[in-house]
Amino acid sequence: MSILLPKPMKYKFFTPGVIVITIFALVGIAFVLGRFVFGIGAITNLDNQYPWGIWIGLDVALGVALAAGGFTTAALAHIFHKEEYETIVRPALLTALLGYTFAAASVSIDIGRWYYIWHALIYWNGNSALFEVGICVMMYLTVLYIEFLPIVTERFIGHVNLPGILSKLNNVIDKGLRILDRTLSKFMFVFIITGVVLSCLHQSSLGTLMIIAGDKMHPLWQTPILPLLYLVSAIGVGFPMVMFESVISSRAFRLKPETHILEKLSEMMPPLLGVFIIIRSVDILIREAYVYLAEFSSVSIMFSIELIVGFVLPLRLFMSKEVRKSPNMLFIASSLVIFGVFMNRFNTFITAYTPPYADYSYFPSIGEISVTLGFVALEVLLYRAFVMIFPVISVPTEEKSAKTKYAIRGILR
Amino acid sequence: MKNQSRRDFLKITTISATALVGASATKLFASGNPTSSIDPMGVLVDTTVCIGCRKCEWACKKAHNIDTKPIEDYDNRSAFENYRRPDHTSLTVVNEFRNPTAESKPYDVKVQCMHCNEPACVSACIVGAMTKQENGSVIWDTDKCIGCRFCMVACPFQIPTFEYHKALQPDITKCDFCFERTKEALLPACVEICPVEAVTYGKRSELLKLAKKRINLYPERYKEHILGEHEVGGTSWMYLAGMDFDKLKFPKLSTKAAPGVSEAIQHGIFSYFVPPASLFALLGGIMWLNKNKSKSEPDTE
Ligand code: SF4
Ligand code: SF4
Ligand code: SF4
Repeated sequence: MSILLPKPMKYKFFTPGVIVITIFALVGIAFVLGRFVFGIGAITNLDNQYPWGIWIGLDVALGVALAAGGFTTAALAHIFHKEEYETIVRPALLTALLGYTFAAASVSIDIGRWYYIWHALIYWNGNSALFEVGICVMMYLTVLYIEFLPIVTERFIGHVNLPGILSKLNNVIDKGLRILDRTLSKFMFVFIITGVVLSCLHQSSLGTLMIIAGDKMHPLWQTPILPLLYLVSAIGVGFPMVMFESVISSRAFRLKPETHILEKLSEMMPPLLGVFIIIRSVDILIREAYVYLAEFSSVSIMFSIELIVGFVLPLRLFMSKEVRKSPNMLFIASSLVIFGVFMNRFNTFITAYTPPYADYSYFPSIGEISVTLGFVALEVLLYRAFVMIFPVISVPTEEKSAKTKYAIRGILR
Repeated sequence: MKNQSRRDFLKITTISATALVGASATKLFASGNPTSSIDPMGVLVDTTVCIGCRKCEWACKKAHNIDTKPIEDYDNRSAFENYRRPDHTSLTVVNEFRNPTAESKPYDVKVQCMHCNEPACVSACIVGAMTKQENGSVIWDTDKCIGCRFCMVACPFQIPTFEYHKALQPDITKCDFCFERTKEALLPACVEICPVEAVTYGKRSELLKLAKKRINLYPERYKEHILGEHEVGGTSWMYLAGMDFDKLKFPKLSTKAAPGVSEAIQHGIFSYFVPPASLFALLGGIMWLNKNKSKSEPDTE
């Protein structure tokens, strides 16, 4: 009998598609360098009217939301102990790891004094939602790296093979890795729970950010329950991200899509999307913000696209049995949810924000867009490199050894 | 062994949860900003008195070491052709508005930081670089600021500005109520130079009385509205005007203090770290229960 075990992928790294992605990454990096040499004003369309643009609205707020799969799958597999989801935990963890790393990178290039970023660690302002986001994201990023360590030790235990004179160290390093591995697996559950708690905290605080902008925000998005909406939509977009990636990597590495797991995940989608749609609608009704929908304006159009295309339509799709059984349809439905959350973050941070003395509307510059795309491209490239180096993606294996000790991490045995 | 690790599990969960509450709660909420006194200092700007000489712009720049043209150049009234906002080149600017009832007497409106009683910028600042001082001034600390510009997102009057052209050490710039001067019992530079006393410096409560007196004495001269008396919870700088404030390009604001909702949520989510710690304990419990359940089931392999 063959079982699914995570293995490093063995393929050529560069394909024509990967080369195109590399070009995007390089262009992005060029603009990042430009920002460090010439300042934020030279590269972006930001100014005193619009202090925040897509680097915060998309790279950070959306990036963190799309990385939510990391904590939702960890909760599912390790806290609720549903072992069948074990195979998606590692890809989701890797996505989260890269997603948060680049969210942090985006913050560092967006703040004017990037070399003072550590100030957030020593000068605390507990009233600031941004402080909360910053601290939680830093802590969670650390947790993610710790959660990833066992995958590294698994890769190298028994394979430490340094060349030449260094080979004397092989044994020592191997021993060290084994000790590290044992210690980690004893304490891993603390990190897993901490990760879930931290995620709930900063996913919601990202929503709190824009509340302080008060009347500058359009009432369709300015609501005291923004944090709740952000948390619910982050949880809602976690599984679609996992499905989206699972379908893509099964294409890229010519594996059979894990239809069974995808189907199970998609069964959870209708309630998750439903809850979001209900909270969003009730909030709009109670605050009587629907009056703004009666007029035909860019704002009402953006709102309708967000809610209907990004949430209601995929809800309908996920409710159908045929869709849930077809990886292609699941791919479409998942993409729609990702689009919905994209729109939601874009709208709260950009569409809804109108400063009192605005004399034009902000639109991201070529530089801003290039950096955003460049970071996404870098994430894709690193993801590809990581799954080729480390055992992340599960493949059917004929090994007799049933479950290795690494199949489940960080739980009591 | 199994029991051993289960006990470990509970122990570690409890310890982590308590540590989280204990260690962080005390520190986080102890670090408040110096709160404003009950009756801070303020300035009353009477836009019906201001003649638009823009000498305050010049004095403000001089007091803050900002490059400026000689004072004579400020007589040139072509500056009024475009609506201007304060920025790093000028912490305060004067704009002129047509007076529909008396063409020869336009209204001139000086703009600068309002020094809110409950400033959104102070509440928002990630590192507490913005602080509200005892005398009402809201000032910025260059040694702390990381340049995140959240203060700009938060300010309801769109006041803090940023030096976008600088790759290194860009500043947040805004009127600091001449904190360094008032410390030495000097008047704010703009107040000192004003030739017609359009700007009056004093205790906020006294200024309110003065404003009300003027409105009572000359009801035909003033609108019955002191901007800043109640807006966003009250501001140290307040305005009198002869026409509606929105026609003078002031934003329409509610009386609710801007940071109120946001801080309530922050404190609700965190209230001394009890909710996060409870979530931690709850998840730990669920993990433990599920683990036991799957252990008691016969192993399928
Ligand atoms: S006007 Fe703006 S910058 Fe000035 S104190 Fe109020 S919130 Fe802060
Ligand atoms: S830009 Fe500076 S002063 Fe403004 S919120 Fe950020 S750290 Fe605080
Ligand atoms: S109080 Fe001082 S800093 Fe503020 S506008 Fe007047 S001169 Fe400038």
